[in-house]
Amino acid sequence: MKKYQALFTIRFSSGLQYRAAALGGIATQFAWGFMELLAFLAFYKANPGAYPMEFSQTVSYIWLQQAFLALFMTWFYEQDIFETITSGAVAYELVRPIDLYNRWFCHSAANRLARAVLRCFPILLVAFIVPEPLRMSLPPDLGQFGLFMISVPLSLGVVVAFTMLVYISVFFTLSPIGVRIVAALLADFLAGGIVPLPFFPDVVRGVVEILPFAAMQNMPLRIYSGHISGAAAVRGLFLQAFWFVILVVLGKLWMKLALRRAVVQGG
Amino acid sequence: MIELKGISKSFRVAKREAGLKEAVKALFARQHETVHALQDVSFTIGDGEMVGYIGPNGAGKSTTIKIMCGILHPDSGGCVINGRVPWRDRVAHVRDIGVVFGQRSQLWWDVPVADSFALLKDIYKVSDADYRRSLSELTELLDLKELLKTPARSLSLGQRMRCELAASLIHDPKILFLDEPTIGLDAVSKIAVRQFIKKLNQERGTTVILTTHDMQDIEALTERIILIGKGRILLDGSLQELKRRSASQKRITFEYNGPEPSLPAGTKVIERGPHRLVIELEKEWLSVSEAIAQISAQVDVVDISVTGMSAEEMVAQLYREYAL
Amino acid sequence: MLYLKFVSIHLKSQMQYKTSFFLTILGQFLASFTALLGVWFMFERFPEVEGFTFPEVLLCVATVLLAFSLAECFGRGLDQFPQLISNGMFDRILVRPRSAVFQVLTARIDFSRLGRFVQAVLVFAYAIPASGVQWSWDKILTLILMVVCGSIVFFCLFMVYAGFAFFFVEGLEFMNIFTDGGREFGRYPFAVYGEKVLKFLTYVIPLALFQYYPLLYLLDREQGLLFMLSPLGGLLFAVPAYLFWHLGLRRYVSTGS
Repeated sequence: MKKYQALFTIRFSSGLQYRAAALGGIATQFAWGFMELLAFLAFYKANPGAYPMEFSQTVSYIWLQQAFLALFMTWFYEQDIFETITSGAVAYELVRPIDLYNRWFCHSAANRLARAVLRCFPILLVAFIVPEPLRMSLPPDLGQFGLFMISVPLSLGVVVAFTMLVYISVFFTLSPIGVRIVAALLADFLAGGIVPLPFFPDVVRGVVEILPFAAMQNMPLRIYSGHISGAAAVRGLFLQAFWFVILVVLGKLWMKLALRRAVVQGG
Repeated sequence: MIELKGISKSFRVAKREAGLKEAVKALFARQHETVHALQDVSFTIGDGEMVGYIGPNGAGKSTTIKIMCGILHPDSGGCVINGRVPWRDRVAHVRDIGVVFGQRSQLWWDVPVADSFALLKDIYKVSDADYRRSLSELTELLDLKELLKTPARSLSLGQRMRCELAASLIHDPKILFLDEPTIGLDAVSKIAVRQFIKKLNQERGTTVILTTHDMQDIEALTERIILIGKGRILLDGSLQELKRRSASQKRITFEYNGPEPSLPAGTKVIERGPHRLVIELEKEWLSVSEAIAQISAQVDVVDISVTGMSAEEMVAQLYREYAL
Repeated sequence: MLYLKFVSIHLKSQMQYKTSFFLTILGQFLASFTALLGVWFMFERFPEVEGFTFPEVLLCVATVLLAFSLAECFGRGLDQFPQLISNGMFDRILVRPRSAVFQVLTARIDFSRLGRFVQAVLVFAYAIPASGVQWSWDKILTLILMVVCGSIVFFCLFMVYAGFAFFFVEGLEFMNIFTDGGREFGRYPFAVYGEKVLKFLTYVIPLALFQYYPLLYLLDREQGLLFMLSPLGGLLFAVPAYLFWHLGLRRYVSTGS
């Protein structure tokens, strides 16, 4: 466990170095959330009856999405992992006494966490003081907040486990471009990254709600705002845990297969 | 003609330290320090000269080169090259110079080298006739015929350097700046590159300014060296002068049979092993022949070799002397 | 012409990697497709927003996308300028006897960016008849102006972005709000975002000049030359953009970093 901790610290502190990058990111994400909300507000005003959630719930959803973007974005990949695979340097990685899947998993999670920690507080702070109707509200009650706190790490786990599958696929395709773009875009859309899932047409929504992508940002963001609460939220957490386990097991098995292939072919 | 007078330049850089604690600290307050890259640098280089510009890493070599190329303004001091101030008259100035950065390619990576050359011809507005002449001359001198149709990415390092040299010379510049042109090359390519540079200097009369860490480049090419350290010019003179400066000691290596010999006066042991002895001697004290005579009187000498200090060692010694 | 020679050398280079070239085009296409899908989902639920219907909004989507993809294809060098500085390529540019801007523009010309272009053309093909606009010569001219001036404004935004790269090594992300953001948020007529945003995007960053105002003209909500020719106003943005870039360049040659 100690080596993972060390790995985590290194990643984390090198992530902290980029102060100006963080500032730029904060400004961008704040402005981005602001514009998104204004667009949703226009739709809300056009017909409040057709709006599938409370407007304040959309506000919490969007602000949290921007604040924790680094945790949930499906289109962020570690370039060096791709390079390790395509250049064949992965053979050297196998020499180290640490499971490669765990190592990469840890590496990605730490990097996302470092970015998110730096960026989330200023964004949230501003989100809590901007004037209504764009001001972010607290979760409905403490229990709901507790569920949210469980849901966030699960969601991070699902996202990273998903990106692991994309990394591993490169062992077979040898070019990261194709799979990466398609997977990232699809996942982002189906996770509610562009439009929250409640806005999906009902026909599509039934299916989308149970896919692994719904276990990504969709779940914690809607739990916080109270759009999913009580028993439904608990069911949501189980869905997340279920997909997390499935994706990790799938990833580990596939990795094993990929490495065996890589070793046989001599990297 | 290149003339630098009292050039100074300093930079402000952020300090960065290791560790999580430092990383967090730097998040809130970042410390800066001023680095004096160049201090009162002056020299003059005549047309057709070939000069080695040497110094340890971070001594200010590339800052000087950047100033001479017009990429960088100095804080103070003047620089006139062929009657122009480089940074004030950039476009006109760079038409007259060629630059090779040893570690960065100027060729378009994925197209045949010939296409890169053709594009450079248009960038430099070289006339068709001049281009044909220049290209055929360079092709012959650098033996490029086989390489022209190859994309730059598939060239070996040595091949690429030959193409880089040609690329910098298509517009027949009066001055050529070479930044580590032999770095990473194998022995054969190094020699080829050196021969070419020498020929270029002799035949076209191109002024060549060469920065390098490879003292063999210097020995093979330049009469004059300028040594820079910590932003100041430490020495500007010939290689011979450098040799005189570094109190040229001789080294003698003996391979012998028998017991260890005692040392003649005025010598210093560099290495002592079973049947092997390396000594260094001060010329004023003892001549080489006397030393050999004294040793061979004591033991049965199998082999002897006498060496002077290599340029490499001399420079290393100079760096030590100036505490660089 | 030298520019065309650069175009040809970049085209040749990119054709060396055909698979990745076409996959990137596909990616570009898909990226704007999911955004489009989002718009469609919203209009499935709401018949109109701020008085604009789905086909009318699509006209907006297509204009902005087309303008952006053109600017991105030819202004890619500006977009990647921070890399040009950090890998030393910019020093190489400065030792060549051509204008620095020209060389930065020609350092990268990325044809795979046309993935969005294809999408924009398809959306146009649907929206031009479906939007219910009574097309006449003046309106066709307005539409062309929207696209051309729009791409120039985006181009200028890339230039400002590159200008910032002279001052900051990192943190340039915030410019994305205007470049990528302009593209993403430009899918709805800018009035949707409220009056303050509209004013900002009219007088400070003139994105609305080639999107919202001429759209009103196309849809017969407003008459008058001012609305028809408003895209031309956006061209004024080129002046501060160029000056800013120049300021950055002067700083670069005095600090070398």
